[in-house]
Amino acid sequence: MLSPGFADPALDAQRCFRAVLEATSRPGRVQRLAEGVLEPPAPLGLAAAAVLLSLTDADTPVWLDAEAAPAADWLRFHAGCPLVAAPGDAAFVMACGAMPPLDGLNAGTEEAPHESATLLVQVAALDRGVTLRLSGPGIAREHRLRVAGLPPDFGLRWARNGAGFPRGVDLVLCAGAALAALPRTVRITEGDG
Amino acid sequence: MTPAGPAATSDDVAARQGWMAVLARAPAAALAERIAALPPLPAHARLRGPETGLAMVRGRQGGDGAPFNLGEMTVTRCTVRLGDGTLGHAYVAGRDARQAELAALLDAALQRPELHDAVMAAVIAPLAAAQAAGRGSVARKAAATRVAFATMATMRGE
Repeated sequence: MLSPGFADPALDAQRCFRAVLEATSRPGRVQRLAEGVLEPPAPLGLAAAAVLLSLTDADTPVWLDAEAAPAADWLRFHAGCPLVAAPGDAAFVMACGAMPPLDGLNAGTEEAPHESATLLVQVAALDRGVTLRLSGPGIAREHRLRVAGLPPDFGLRWARNGAGFPRGVDLVLCAGAALAALPRTVRITEGDG
Repeated sequence: MTPAGPAATSDDVAARQGWMAVLARAPAAALAERIAALPPLPAHARLRGPETGLAMVRGRQGGDGAPFNLGEMTVTRCTVRLGDGTLGHAYVAGRDARQAELAALLDAALQRPELHDAVMAAVIAPLAAAQAAGRGSVARKAAATRVAFATMATMRGE
């Protein structure tokens, strides 16, 4: 059954956009969206649904993995975005199951790296699990982000994504109403060290 | 009556187009008056809107000319959901939010088999009759002012 989108489509989408902007400019810092801003369709959490609704429209092809597919009707109705069959054709990739391989996504071109895909992964939690030590632009010295639900070889995959700079994929992690972003410039070392 | 989707037959689609067209042409006051005569409709939730925007109207000259943009018109749309998940849509000309919401609610009710016949009889039939009568009256008034240029044809015909 379809559920409504944002209660106040213009202002709620702007607040969510602001949260994504803050998350991207301060990599790894967790942003929280107000509860009850919308009723997310299963299996999406509040943050994943709100980000998709804020960022996608008729000009942005979206790919949903098999686990996220039940939300396809909701997304098509509210955002009006085309849903594509191959993750490589999508501007936004939503994964509720296993994280798709980063090298299979659109990494942009040397001339237009901003045309790359943004990967949204719904993870189990952003306050427990593996500790990622982040550094890079937007982080003064080092920032620690705890994530539960990323694949065990995430560090290796992320390093490979960053090696192609300026090409590469940006990542937004969503868990419930919380979200954190890892732009392609972030360097990650794992462990509590 | 099944919702118009891939499984819907062309008859279902045509029937729904018919009642949606009648609803879109009926002012909010007329819709409210007809709904008051019905037993209470099921509760509905707004999924989208009512919201007003612009739609580009495209035209083509003579039916086979190149399409061109005729101009923009104001359109108000609304989508509602009944308790069982039935969706009702409405796109109406102008900026009357109440008309759009009532039309969407009636569109949803008309897809419910147990409500379809009652709503058809109490709302759609009288509104369709009134709209047809209005069109007939305009057509008759226009017909009375018609000028036939038959005399010119006979003069040339000689």
